[in-house]
Amino acid sequence: MAILKKKLALGISTLSLLAVIITGCGSNSTASNSVGNSANTTASNESNPSETVQNSGEKVMAGGTVRVAMSTEPDNLDPYLSAATDTNSMMDNVFDGLFEAGEDSDLVPAIASSYQVSEDGLTYTFILKQGIKFHNGADLTSKDVYYSYAKLSGLNGQEPLSSKFSGIESIDTPDDYSVVIKLKEKNAAFLAANIIAIVPKDYEQQSEKPIGAGPYKFVEYKPGQELVLEKNENFYNKDHTPVIDKVEFKIMPDANAAVLALQSGDIDMIPGISSQGVLQLGDGYTVISGPQNMVQLMALNNSVKPLNDVKVRQAINYAIDKDAIIQTVAEGNGTKLGSNMSPAMKMYYQEGLEDYYKTNVDKAKELLNEAGYPNGFDLAITVPSNYQFHVDTAQVIADQLKKAGINATIKQIEWSSWLEDVYNNAKYEATIVGLTGKLDPQEVLGRYETTYAKNFFKFSNADFDKLISEGKIEINEAKRADLYKQAQTLLTEQAAAVFIMDPNRTVAMKGNLKGFKMYPVQKYDFAEMYYTEQ
Amino acid sequence: MRFYIRKLITFISTLVLVSVITFLVFQVLPGDPAQIILGVDADPQQIAALHEAMGLDRSAGERYLMWIKDTLSGDFGTSVRYNRPVADLLLERLPVTLSLALFSLGLTLIIGLPLGIYIARRDGKLSSLLLSLFTQLGVSVPSFWLAFILILLFSVTFKLFPTYGYTSWSTNPFGAIRSLFLPSLALAIPGFAVVIRYLRNTLLDQSRMDYVRTARSKGLHEKGIMYHHILRNGMIPVITIVGLLIADTLGGSIVVENVFALPGIGNLLVSSIGARDLPLVQTMVLYIAVIVVSINFIVDMLYKVIDPRIRLKR
Repeated sequence: MAILKKKLALGISTLSLLAVIITGCGSNSTASNSVGNSANTTASNESNPSETVQNSGEKVMAGGTVRVAMSTEPDNLDPYLSAATDTNSMMDNVFDGLFEAGEDSDLVPAIASSYQVSEDGLTYTFILKQGIKFHNGADLTSKDVYYSYAKLSGLNGQEPLSSKFSGIESIDTPDDYSVVIKLKEKNAAFLAANIIAIVPKDYEQQSEKPIGAGPYKFVEYKPGQELVLEKNENFYNKDHTPVIDKVEFKIMPDANAAVLALQSGDIDMIPGISSQGVLQLGDGYTVISGPQNMVQLMALNNSVKPLNDVKVRQAINYAIDKDAIIQTVAEGNGTKLGSNMSPAMKMYYQEGLEDYYKTNVDKAKELLNEAGYPNGFDLAITVPSNYQFHVDTAQVIADQLKKAGINATIKQIEWSSWLEDVYNNAKYEATIVGLTGKLDPQEVLGRYETTYAKNFFKFSNADFDKLISEGKIEINEAKRADLYKQAQTLLTEQAAAVFIMDPNRTVAMKGNLKGFKMYPVQKYDFAEMYYTEQ
Repeated sequence: MRFYIRKLITFISTLVLVSVITFLVFQVLPGDPAQIILGVDADPQQIAALHEAMGLDRSAGERYLMWIKDTLSGDFGTSVRYNRPVADLLLERLPVTLSLALFSLGLTLIIGLPLGIYIARRDGKLSSLLLSLFTQLGVSVPSFWLAFILILLFSVTFKLFPTYGYTSWSTNPFGAIRSLFLPSLALAIPGFAVVIRYLRNTLLDQSRMDYVRTARSKGLHEKGIMYHHILRNGMIPVITIVGLLIADTLGGSIVVENVFALPGIGNLLVSSIGARDLPLVQTMVLYIAVIVVSINFIVDMLYKVIDPRIRLKR
């Protein structure tokens, strides 16, 4: 009876908490709101992910099943036809590429054992590891790499499947374990593209029954229900042998239901849980949180009046208090940014820009005066209504801008309209969105290039364009990093946008589930994970 | 006979209208379906390929006619997102939604009918007042809220039922019942609350009618009057409501299916609208229209069975 009472009390207290949560986070979106759903993302490192529950003297348990709550469904199981980040995070365990993304935005050799780039930067020679087998038992050789890359680049006579590979001129396979790739022109970003899956040659059923060489094998996908993977006993990387036997991704569209399911023990892990969700969970869970290589920003349309005046853009930057936004909107779980790069991209991140525009309302007013707007102006902030995180940010910003005399109104529109009006046609004044980070800086900063088709900032700066085009072909890593760092500084000086924060990615797991690592791309590496005895 | 012909004409014209409107809505919605499916980081190559696959390079009229032609010949097209025949996807989801509908309907009737009669017979007594209060709550509480309360109580606290997911009848019938119980209850609570209130009101209205007084004056037994006379007339609004409830659930209970992660029609509808999976959405909207119109038809038939006056009028 006493137990029953205790349970009831627990139930009722959770109920009251739930009341707060349900009203607060209908669509539950901490940070997982990016522009789009693309295949790559982020680094963690630096501001080290914090682990709130730690057991010392733990004993690793063999085997086990991890049930993961996924809010979206896979878009396509074929790695070349899929574009969704979530799908990639699931299927990354099934596939391996020549390289894989390391924790520090570096490239770790996977199928490739080594590589060489020619003097002129046009020829890449990859040496493959021997003895790698696909899940169907076939040996992985240079023929498979050829087949995969021919598909991606269109060298098989069909339409190319990826623009990252369409710059390939020819592919040669002098022997079973070497691949020589010639590019049409120098492209330093090509190396990072090689994290893409290598698939077995002449196998055309990737969408139904995907086969790769990764640490986990695909078992089944039941639409609307689950996607199941099991351990690959023959995984080639012996230092990275999976411990967990089975991974079940459960499709659970409702975020609150996922939290309840973790509490009841029906699932083991929620990637991308909200701050409220973590509060509701309470103690006894492993919670890991860190930057996710996303840049949340207020984009300013540099081609409309008065935003075409750099002084006005700078004034807006001075008027905004990013710390206040991080505290109120992300409950402190975010890293302040000063340009379009997250510290998760360790190698390329230009430090010190985050305080370039220290909040200063007087300075903002002064700049507005100089620009000829002593009484401020009206500004429309267009936000995608399905991303509560961005809507909330817009509200805080509108308040802050008022102090500088800028009268901001918030216009909420549907995501598909946002894509059409803002992203495709740049018909807007200001907007708030999160740009998913990429493993290569070219893809991140190239968004601001004058000639980039989807440059919805309408930012155009000759010096910037020059830096970017030099970075594109610079093979020397240190020199290349320096070029992109200069480009970041330029974006900040020119106040191309208001760069706000990298919102943390938070993952909640059962207390004894360990080994989760954060990467600069959204990657859930189950081969690294294990259960400890409780 | 004229009654049936009229019904058939309504039926067909409704479907044509629904098909045109559905099609048009997706033409005027902003955004490029291919872009929405693939997201902003999609390769231009991928988008172009999808455009062709979806037939977006053809004119709207051409596409509409093709769709209607295919649908009439039993080909519902291929889902863009799942890359599988739409018919297969629907057939997969139907057992879930059907089970859910039958289960919640059963609960609604088993609980709703006796309680409605009970309240009507004990009108004004404390117990019926309490019940009225309870049904008022049942009517006004949103079903997603109910769903969370049920999960919290029965799954998290007492661990009696699973929090999410669906077990199919063929793998484990007991598991199927367990996985369907909470969602059905979440749907049934507002359902039987409505049934109770309507039943009570009409029964009370009826019992004040002249024919009841006549029956009483003839010395008929009170129970007999209730079950043979009053209830028969009182059933008409109840049948209407139950019809609406079935139509609602067979169309997929979007909220409840989402909360319990049930792979039903509602769940599929939401995800396919979000993904702009046009072939799938169009067929599903048609399916729901067919269900709603058919159930209305059945309800009309049932009226005729229960009430001879309706039979005579036609």
